[in-house]
Amino acid sequence: MKEKILIIGGGAAGMEAASQLYKMGLHPVIIEKSEALGGHIAQWDRLFPAFHPAKDVVEKMLDDVKGVDVRLETEVVDIQRDNNGFHAVLSNNEKLDVQAVVLATGFDVFKAERKQEYGYGIYNNVITNAELEQFFRTGKDERINHPKRIGFVHCVGARDVKVCNTYCSKVCCATALKQACEVKEVFPDAEVYTFYMDLRMFGPGYEDLYLKTQKDFDVKCVRGRVCEVSENMDGKLVIKAEDTLFGKPLKMTLDLLVLMCSMEKNKSINAIQQKLGVADNSDGFMQSKDTYLGMNETAQEGVFVAGACTAPKSLPDTIAEARAVAVEVFNYINR
Amino acid sequence: MIIEGKQKIWADYQKDIPDDHYFYVRSCIRQAFWPGSEVTFLDITRNKLRKDMYENPYHTTCGGIAYHSDTIPQETAMTIIARQFALMHESGYENYVCSCITSFGCYTETLETWHEYPELEAKIRQYLWDSCKKEFAKPKYLAHASDLIYKFRFDIAKQMKFPLVNAKTGKPLKVVEHIGCHYSKMFPSKGFGGAEYPHVLVGMIEAWGGEVVDYPERRHCCGFGFRQYFVQANRGYSESNTYKKFESMEPYEPDLIITNCPGCPYFLDRWQYVIAEQTGKTYGKSGYGIPALTYEEVAGLVMGYDPWDLGLQMHQVAIEPLLEKMGVPYDPKKKYQGVNGKDLGRPQCPSCIKVS
Amino acid sequence: MDFGFSLSPSSHVKMDDVDLSTFNRLKETNPDINTCIACGSCNATCTAGQFTEMSFRRILLMLQRGKEDEAKKMIQRCMLCGKCTLVCPRGINIRRLLLDITR
Repeated sequence: MKEKILIIGGGAAGMEAASQLYKMGLHPVIIEKSEALGGHIAQWDRLFPAFHPAKDVVEKMLDDVKGVDVRLETEVVDIQRDNNGFHAVLSNNEKLDVQAVVLATGFDVFKAERKQEYGYGIYNNVITNAELEQFFRTGKDERINHPKRIGFVHCVGARDVKVCNTYCSKVCCATALKQACEVKEVFPDAEVYTFYMDLRMFGPGYEDLYLKTQKDFDVKCVRGRVCEVSENMDGKLVIKAEDTLFGKPLKMTLDLLVLMCSMEKNKSINAIQQKLGVADNSDGFMQSKDTYLGMNETAQEGVFVAGACTAPKSLPDTIAEARAVAVEVFNYINR
Repeated sequence: MIIEGKQKIWADYQKDIPDDHYFYVRSCIRQAFWPGSEVTFLDITRNKLRKDMYENPYHTTCGGIAYHSDTIPQETAMTIIARQFALMHESGYENYVCSCITSFGCYTETLETWHEYPELEAKIRQYLWDSCKKEFAKPKYLAHASDLIYKFRFDIAKQMKFPLVNAKTGKPLKVVEHIGCHYSKMFPSKGFGGAEYPHVLVGMIEAWGGEVVDYPERRHCCGFGFRQYFVQANRGYSESNTYKKFESMEPYEPDLIITNCPGCPYFLDRWQYVIAEQTGKTYGKSGYGIPALTYEEVAGLVMGYDPWDLGLQMHQVAIEPLLEKMGVPYDPKKKYQGVNGKDLGRPQCPSCIKVS
Repeated sequence: MDFGFSLSPSSHVKMDDVDLSTFNRLKETNPDINTCIACGSCNATCTAGQFTEMSFRRILLMLQRGKEDEAKKMIQRCMLCGKCTLVCPRGINIRRLLLDITR
């Protein structure tokens, strides 16, 4: 009988880890709470830095997990361990005995209404990065009505002690510039501004994206954090920020404001995480065993982590981790 | 504007304060600015709502005005506050309510600072003993007087004679609310509704039939700024902030401004005269200004108090157009008569803004 | 002798000569003072900054670049409304600091 591995989460990390473990001859079982595999990436239209359709990646990954045991619309409701391994109870009452657990539970998008000054959920034309991506996919969002002037706010729910998230969410800078270009493609006459504190274009091709944003799309990057949003008589948004490089406060009317919401740990897994004895780190994500050599292990033997459940990560980061975790699990099973 | 979004925030920022037995402390400047406001608060709470509001004759300023003008250090301000708390304790009270927003900010800041730095509290305890031979107990509950009017807004509505409605058209009056900065900007959780969308005055406007105006510069400070207004050469900054607010609210054509700070109604009122003199511009209809009232004055008006007993003649901006809109009867002859029929004199007539 | 030209004063910030005593005094009671990322939130909402050069972000730099007199002069513009403290993403108690600097 093949050794079973419980993979909690059917997003990019869970799918990629499962496909690798399957190829290694083990028996991964993906538990996914929603009705389909793919996670957040399946909700995305195109990917930075080169505007690659997310669909292509998701389809390839789905192809790779053909044959893998998958439970959709299912959650782990209880898990115990003894000398023989882990014993999980699923929400469909199924009992699973497994040798190892991979937590690939990913992230939640920061709830934008927590930054009250931005007026998400109060002012009509304030939307989130995830909602804009949805608009690119479907072309539908009644709040987006031929905007003439569009603003992007970086670091919403990130680098901000007021919401207890002091970390950088890593992918929002590149996402903002990608979305700024895309929104220009849809509305070529619109003026697009992004408000950033630091532009962190750290990955391969990201700096090229920045250049493209300036050269080909005429997106204007202002160094300053938006700190107040209100609505005027005509229902347009009025924003305040400082243009810190110019050294003066700035005020501007916008038709649409996009909040680049950060990643937070997916908290729906908290109860199971606790039962497994995996702690959170100071950023509220799951604690890895070691920053360098044990990134995919936890303090608990046999419990592994991959992807954005330990920190904000880009898709390539997540896939690299998912492959790495497969090796860790394989070595653990054959120890 | 999606009102449900605000309602969610309002539900999150509710604070627990008792509805009776308070030790009341006055503002040092409000009695001169708006002499009817504090007396109306006491009359409404004591005589109309039957609450126990105790006022100790030995209480003083909280020191906030000197503290904010850099003339006394924080320890001195804290010792003054400790003395006020000692008076409350001696009088047998544990709920503290203050009339002034900056006092409320100072009390909150002091209590929070003592909570974080108990050694500072011990030091102040010693200062108070050395200077006054008094010992204090911290209040169990701290409230601003507008918190109580907010809490009692529906009880007041039950006794309402003149709602915030245009008596002729039946349409709600458009009301701008302006919150004092020190109410919740420093400690958002200490104010009803928080700092970005405070509910304390909005709740009153809604309960009394008015329509709330939310305009782009709603959250902006009136510009009082202690160091600004007190120095004549700096008063222009103070005025410019008020000007910014009026330019922003103008298109909404508000009938009334309601405030909960000592300084804000003063500056929102008096600067309208100065702006009119300097620019020729007025913000009300037909050359009038927009009345900027305190929450006690508005509560008194809707409950049917005589406008002149409320001290509304102390406003630079003429109140009569508002009284006529609301259908509040008034005797124009009594406008400049004091409580005992004493002649208060008449203000000089400005050249631009209409005053009668 | 008038050559019709003269030596230009150096515009360098002379870091070797900067007196950091005020900044260091503030740091003792407000360790957060080092965490400013110059995002400009304080200045964007500043009541005084709308009409004057007032900018807390720059005051912090002035104190670290030998411009203490300028910093103290700028502080006089502050209205102590507390909005900067409300919006600071680093949680710096700016209002408190502004009162402490001139003490």
